[in-house]
Order: sequence, then C-alpha cells, then structure tokens
Amino acid sequence: MLLIPCPFCGDRDETEFAYGGDAGTERPADPGAATDEAWTDYLCFHDNPKGPHREFWFHRDGCRRWLTVERDTHTHELGAVRLSRP
Amino acid sequence: MRRQPFRAAEGGHLIDRSEPLRFDFDGHRQEGYRGDSLASGLLAAGVRIVARSFKYHRPRGVWGFGSEEPGAMVATGVREEVRPNLKATEIELADGLMAFGQNAWPSVAWDLGAAVGMAGNVLPAGFYYKTFMWPPRWWLALYEPVLRRMAGFGPAPSAPDGAFYAKRRMHADVLVAGGGPAGVAAALAAARAGAKVVLADENVRFGGGLLRAPGEIGESDGLAWIDAAIGELEAMANVRLLRRATVTGYYDHNLLLVAERAGGDAAPGTPETRLWFVRAREAVIAAGAHERPLLFAGNDRPGVMSASAAGGYAHAYGVLAGQRAVIAGNNDSIYAVARLLRGAGVSIAAVADARAESGARDLPCRPGRTVERALGSRRVRGALLRRTDGRAGDRSERIACDLVAVAGGWSPAVHLHTQARGSLSYDEERGLVLPDRPGGANRSAGAAAGRFDLDGCLAEGWAAGVAAAAASGHERPAGEPPRSPDRVAGDAPVFWRIGAGKQFVDLQYDVTAADVELAAREGYRSVEHVKRYTALGMGTDQGKTSGMAGLVLLSEAIGRPVARTGTTTFRPPYTPVPMAAMAAGLIGEGRDALRRTAADDWHEARGAVFTAAGLWRRPSYYPREGMDEEEAISAEVREVRAGVGIVDVGTLGKVDVQGRDAAAFLDLVYANRISTLKAGRGRYGLMLREDGRVFDDGVVMRLGENHFYLTTTTAQHHAAMQHMEFLLQTVWPELEVYATDVSEHWFAAALAGPGSRALLGEVAPGLDVSDEAFPMMAVRAATVAGLSALVFRMSYSGELSYEIAAPADHGLALWTRLLTAGREHGLTPYGTEAMGVMRIEKGHVTHAEADGRTTPDDLGLGRMVNAGRRSIGRRSLDLPALCRKGRQQLVGLAVIDPEARIPPGCQVAERDDMRPAAPLGHVTSFCYSPTLGRAIALALVENGRSRIGQTVYVASPVTGLAMAAEIVPPVFYDAEGTRLRG
Ligand SMILES: [Zn+2]
Repeated sequence: MLLIPCPFCGDRDETEFAYGGDAGTERPADPGAATDEAWTDYLCFHDNPKGPHREFWFHRDGCRRWLTVERDTHTHELGAVRLSRP
Repeated sequence: MRRQPFRAAEGGHLIDRSEPLRFDFDGHRQEGYRGDSLASGLLAAGVRIVARSFKYHRPRGVWGFGSEEPGAMVATGVREEVRPNLKATEIELADGLMAFGQNAWPSVAWDLGAAVGMAGNVLPAGFYYKTFMWPPRWWLALYEPVLRRMAGFGPAPSAPDGAFYAKRRMHADVLVAGGGPAGVAAALAAARAGAKVVLADENVRFGGGLLRAPGEIGESDGLAWIDAAIGELEAMANVRLLRRATVTGYYDHNLLLVAERAGGDAAPGTPETRLWFVRAREAVIAAGAHERPLLFAGNDRPGVMSASAAGGYAHAYGVLAGQRAVIAGNNDSIYAVARLLRGAGVSIAAVADARAESGARDLPCRPGRTVERALGSRRVRGALLRRTDGRAGDRSERIACDLVAVAGGWSPAVHLHTQARGSLSYDEERGLVLPDRPGGANRSAGAAAGRFDLDGCLAEGWAAGVAAAAASGHERPAGEPPRSPDRVAGDAPVFWRIGAGKQFVDLQYDVTAADVELAAREGYRSVEHVKRYTALGMGTDQGKTSGMAGLVLLSEAIGRPVARTGTTTFRPPYTPVPMAAMAAGLIGEGRDALRRTAADDWHEARGAVFTAAGLWRRPSYYPREGMDEEEAISAEVREVRAGVGIVDVGTLGKVDVQGRDAAAFLDLVYANRISTLKAGRGRYGLMLREDGRVFDDGVVMRLGENHFYLTTTTAQHHAAMQHMEFLLQTVWPELEVYATDVSEHWFAAALAGPGSRALLGEVAPGLDVSDEAFPMMAVRAATVAGLSALVFRMSYSGELSYEIAAPADHGLALWTRLLTAGREHGLTPYGTEAMGVMRIEKGHVTHAEADGRTTPDDLGLGRMVNAGRRSIGRRSLDLPALCRKGRQQLVGLAVIDPEARIPPGCQVAERDDMRPAAPLGHVTSFCYSPTLGRAIALALVENGRSRIGQTVYVASPVTGLAMAAEIVPPVFYDAEGTRLRG
C-alpha cells in the first residue's frame, strides 16, 4: 500500500485516495474541432508504461485536492507530488 | 501405561508441570502440560502418526518445531466450527482441545487412501495435468468427487466462525521481525537510541533459536539474557512487543503485516487473530533460518525429523522424540543435538557425519556416513547407514532406532527480504541463498542473513538496530553489543542425498526427488514452472524446508549452476493468515457507517421496513395491518395519486455551487444548458461521462446570479462530487467556482399528490402557492411549518409536488410538523417502493436504465442535449458507435395477463420457447402498477421505439417463465402531464 505525501496533509495511506488515471493527456480545448479519431485517441488510448508514469490521485478522505503524482509503475517509487491546480 | 511416556523427568523451559491439561486427538484422550504445543503434547504421549500426506496418504509425523512444519497438519474443533489446515507445532495446548489428524479417513492410523500410496507410480509429477484432462464430462462425475475425498485438505466448517477478529494500524520507526538473539539485540539498540520500536516474534516466548538449544550470552544463560532484555524493552514507552505474532507480509513503502494469534485460552475476550498493519520507517529482518532435510528413502516416515526440532522438544518441553536415536547431518550441530538428547534421556545409537573428518570421542560417531534408508513402514524402526564417498564394496550398517534426527544445514528465511523486492545471491561455497541488495528500507541480520553463530547474530542484530535507528533520525545508542563465546560458524557443505527409492522433498505435497527430475526430463527449466508442475513448495508451509532441496535437485538435473536456476518468488503471506482475520471489519454489521436521515427516528417508530441505499437506510414501505407487502405499497401509491403523500428524500446528494464562473461551469458539466436559467427557477440536469454515457441526473436550481443549488442521485453522489472537483482542479482550473458538498447540511421531504398544494398553503401561510405565483420548476425561500426552508416545485411521481428542504438540524421538526398538519388532509407517508412504482409509471430513468452503457438518446432524452459540443461527453455522442441504428432504446412493457408478476432478471425475447437466442433486450425496472392494474416494466430493447405496439415476451430463462407483453411508450401514466399542474 502506497504512502502518498499530500502537499496539504503529509504522508497518508493510499486507502484515503482515489486513483484518477493518466495525467499525461490533455482534454482538447475545442472538442467540436477534434476529428473522431483524435477524440477517440483522447478518450481511449493511454500509455501504460512500465516505469515512470504521471498520474492523478484524489485525496478523497482528506483535503479533497487532486494531485499529480509521478510514480514508477514497476517499483512504486514516488517522484514529485504536486497539486494539479497550482 | 503412563499418560506421558515420552516426557522426561525434568526440564522444559516452556512448560508448567504444575498444570496438567487434557486434550483429545483423533478421539483418544491425552494429557500434556500448560505451555505445550499440540506437537510436543502428542510426542510426549507417544503419538507418532499425526496426519496423512496430500497425495499418497502416507503417514506423517512431527518434522519441525514451528511455522516451518510441513507434515503435522491437523484440524481443531468439532464439525461445524472446525478449523482446518493448522500445524500441530503452532497450536498451543489448551484444556479440552479437540484435534484431528488431517487427510485421513477414518483415522490417521488406518487410512483407506493409503492404497493410493501402494499403487505407487500412478500419480507422478503433473498428474493433475496428465490424468484428469479428458473426457471433460468425467471431471464432474468422477474426478472431482474422488479428488475431493482423497486429495483435499481439511474439512471446511459449516457454521459461521463465532470468534472475533480485529485489525489495527500502527506507525513505527523500526519494526524488528523476529525475536531471536539478533532481533532482540536490534530492538534493544534501536530502542535505546530512542526510536519507536515494534518487536514481533511468532513464538510464545522470545528467544528464537535459544528456545531449541541452550546458548551463552554475556557469561550467563542465553535465555536469561533474552528475558532481561525483554524486561528492559517492556518497560520502555517507545517499544511495543508482540508475541505469537508473525510478520507475514512486506508491502510497498514499508507497510508490514503482522498476524498476532492474540486470543484463545490464554487471553479470553481478545480477538482470535489481530492483524497489525505497521508502517515502519525502517525494518530489521531477523527472521532466522529453517533447517533443511536430507534426502534418503523413507525420509518421510514418522520418526524422521529435523535435528534441531528433536533437540528443541527436549530442551523446551522436556519431551523425547524417541528412545533411541540416529542423528545424521552435514554440520557440527549434530553433536550438540546428540548431547542435548542424551542429557534428556534419549539413547544415542549413532551420530553419522557426512563429512569424513569430523567426530567426537564421547559419542558413537560414524564419520563419513549418512542415512541411506529409514526402515519401518508406519513409523521408523531403524536406519541403514552408508559411506558418503561412494567407495565400492562398502556394506550398509543397519541400526535399530525409533528416531532419525537429520541436520541438512540451514536456509536463511529470506522471504520478507524478497517480498520487499530485495535481490538474492547464492553463496556456492556455503550453499546458501542470501539476501543481497535490499528492496525497501530494511536490513537483514543474524541467521536470516546467513550468520549462524550466536556471537555473530548478536553483533549483526545490534548493528542493524543502530543503523535502522540512525536511518529514522536517531542518535547512536549508548552501550556495546552483547557478546557470546559461541562463534562456531555452523556452515554446511551442500549435501543432499544418497541412495535410491522414494525420497521426499516436499512432505506436505508428496513431491519426491524423482518428481523433480521427471519434470526436468520433460523439459521444464524454470524453477517457477517446476513448482507449478510438481506442486513443490505450494503447501501451507510454502516450501520453507523443501525449497532449497528442490532447487539443488533441479539444477543438477538440468546441469546448470544453482545461482543461475534462481529461486521461486516468495510471496506474502510468509505463514497462512486466517481468511476471517483478513475479512475482519469487511463483513457483517458495522462494516460500514450507517447514514440516517434527520427523520430516521420517526420512520423507525412508525415501523418502516428499511432498505439500503449506499450507506443510507431509507424507508422502503410502511407495513399495514392485514396487508402484504405489495398491498401496502399499492395502498401508498393510490393514496398519493388520489390525495397527498410525503416521502423522505434527505438522502439525495446536494451541492452548493458558487462563483463568478458558476453558470459557465455548469454548462460544461451538464449536457443541457444551465446558464439560461433565471434566478428562482430550476431545471432537470443531465450529466454525461466523457465517453457520452449518462452518468447522473438531478435538479439544478439557480438561487442567484452566481449561486446554484443542485441535487445528485443518492447512489452517484460521491462520484459526481469527485467528478466536478476533478474538472475544476485539473481541466478548467481557470474557472472561479466553488462546489461544496452540502448533503449533510440539508434535509428534504417531498409532498406529492393533488392535495399537496392545499397542505403547503396551510403550513406556509406566507407563500403564494397559486399556479401563477409558484409555477412548475420554480424555487422559493419560505417559512414552512415555522421553519426556514427552500421549496421547489417539481415532480418525480407525476403528481403535483413540492420538495421542501430545511437545514438538517430542523429536519425531524419539519417532518413531524408536516405529518401533524397533514393529518386532516389524509397525508400518507410513503417509501422508496411506492416512489419507485410511481417513477416507473412515469417512465423516469434511474441507474437501472442509465447503466453506464446508455446514451441520452437511448433513454429518450436526446432532445435535452445541448447543440454546442464543449460540455463533458457531448463530443462523444457524435461518434459513429453512439448514433448508429440498432442500439437498445428505452420502452415500456405492459404485461397482458393482469395476474402475472415479473421476476427479477428478465430478458425481452421475440419468442416464448426459451430456446437460446440473442435477446432483444432486457427488463431494467419492473413493478406491479396499482394504477394500471397490471405488471409493467421499463426495458432497453433493440430499436425499441420503432417496435411500439409489438407483442414480445418477458422471459426469465432461469425460472422457465415467459409472459406476453406489449411494447408501449415508457410513460404509462398521464403522458400529457396535466396532473403536474394540479
Ligand atoms: Zn490532502
């Protein structure tokens, strides 16, 4: 079980968080202008690397901030943890 | 005969001879002492056959001393509350304990399944895969029942476990796994340095290897030194000692799982097992080592056992594992064991040292020899000794004995180290798999790191404690590590087997040396594959004693160095953890917090039948004298439709949204436009997921220019809240919007029915309730029944209706005052069942219809969707898959037979013959409609809207029931909506 250093709350157990998936893709600013293919890409296709991964975690049972976390998917080593909204 | 014929006259530091205990094994009354394990009690009583093996049903006796025990598997308790798959070595004797040997019928002494063992080679390695494959229909009819009887483990209990189990969480600077000399020294160093220390050991008493054999520390008895150190630790506020507590798992970020056998006879009122989740900054792994077997024919016979265990039973329990012993091994420990046994009263027949050069004058030594075969069938009656150098012409020596104590060297317990993703190395010279690079914040010490001398264990443990304390921010402790004159390294050359015959590697799963070699011949190269193919090490002992032998055998068979073969992955748990302990807190009452609305006390006093809605409980209906459930629900519906009813909707999610960009944000969150709402008005809002599927719905009310109050469904509230916070914090952080969950702040009740306006007008005299002044979808702040409230005119039931929200603290007052005022209006409280019937009659969707696969158009809500394409999920609706023909659409089903009732889980079929065919769709919601006088349903049906008027069948393939129904529009009642206007 991970120990995630929340910038607000300190080191907290993973059970207090909700996983929010890949933080590496950005929502198209104008979805209407996106082709079907580009939109499907955004919706469905995400990298699933073995190694460093940037992802969202939500401190659901804490400060209710969305965090952007760097995590190695192989070793679970955590890198930078910051607020998604600066 | 004496009750305990194998109990020595004196000795045994774990037992209390002043307290004899009676216990029962396989129906026979036995006697032992307080402090005995079941294994020591059975050995003292002279019981040698304790269980039968898994595959061949060969007799199994006690082999080991603790959690490494591979053979002595028992069940305790009686039929309903039986606890299977326990190790006799780990059960503490209690007065009245009932235990049974496992895998045996009718008893371990006379077991019919042993015929399988006589059949010999019918069950070779991989027999599951080879024998029981074809034909498949034989599996159910023949193989499974036979295998269940023959090859199962213990029986499962049939009654719920009456004991209770608990989980605890703890933070520590240093967790020390193992309370032998190394672990105690580590704990002492770290605790003296000021670190918060947890020391956990699986035995009843700290001491590790010193429990089995005497040693000397600091010029005194080793156990006395341990006791003094434990006394010092116990008195320190920064230390927690856990006895009977096995560190079973090492997880990410230094989370360690400790299973404490807390309860039982010794401590009534405590949980049976307590699972500790310890987040430790640093860990010291001092888990010790396991003695290895020697491979020879008949090495599984009761009476063949680990030499250190044989010595341990004498030292710790004053129990003689035999009367006449042959001791065989490949290292110096055999001489100490021989002297220990001799001192306890065992006659030593021979001490066979596989190494040519060793010997001792005071013992009947056989240097350069080892056991070739254990004699006897159901128990050991003798041993054949033979030269280890294989010199030709040598004759075997036959020695009568009832105990063969074997010492094959030690395997460090590297389990926790590897669970933490540490790497291993193989020391070829010493024949040891050793911890190499640690994978977490931990260090191994003592026997777990390959140090087998007492002095080395103490020094390494102390150093590990100092280092762990330093790494968690503490100064170096005062004092020096304890010392011991015992500096014998205890290394053993790798020596495994001699002779031929059935040589067992894994005593629990009956894996022989020949099985491993067969696997190699059949092409298996990976140790992981061999493990799965032969089942080697897959028993409840997880191959603690057998793993190394299997590894060496495989390496030899495939001609590869051991270092390159590698070990199997060590996974948690290190020892079995009861499922009940893992389930503690996750099952039964108290699993979840119970949420009650402000009016809950009233519902309960009224005798409501409750239903769960997430964590909430809600009145499902209010039972009535002389009516069954359906009649009571139908009565509630009729009274609402004809008069006025009240329902508690306090469980709805409520969100307060404010800020400069609130309206713009809600336009993005909902698929329909919100920004065009005027203050004082509300609108039904539809939330989509980004993939275009309906996510949630509710009502959005505009209280002011930049102030909204919205509701979510009870079920999806948390998801919806999280969704909005995600969008605000990651997608549109530039928007100035504050979304606050106010679900707990507000209570709400709905008045519904043609009589609701008159009642509201009476309780809210300051509010103009006329249709012109208070139109549909308007919201008003008003004083209702003397309480400040928000009143919203909307309808879920299809009748004229008002939802009244008041601060939660006033909720019960609001509810009871409305009920009192409503008495003269015939006000009927109704529950979720009546509410559900009325919403089905009106064709409103819930999560049964918005099931995560349906789009707004599928549900007939397509016209609500905003033409602009920026809002969440809107763009996806234009993807070809979501607007293609042939999608399932929401329709109503009116069952033709008025007496018929729809069972749960029905499909919609074109025919009623139940022949397998792709269904047209499925029923999503169903009820008996008292308004229509027949069963009705909502359903998702392929091209449903174009099938209106068709007759289909509501079919329940599992019950064989089918009933004709007409496809109708999903609104069964007042399609024009005239009743909403009142
Ligand atoms: Zn936080």
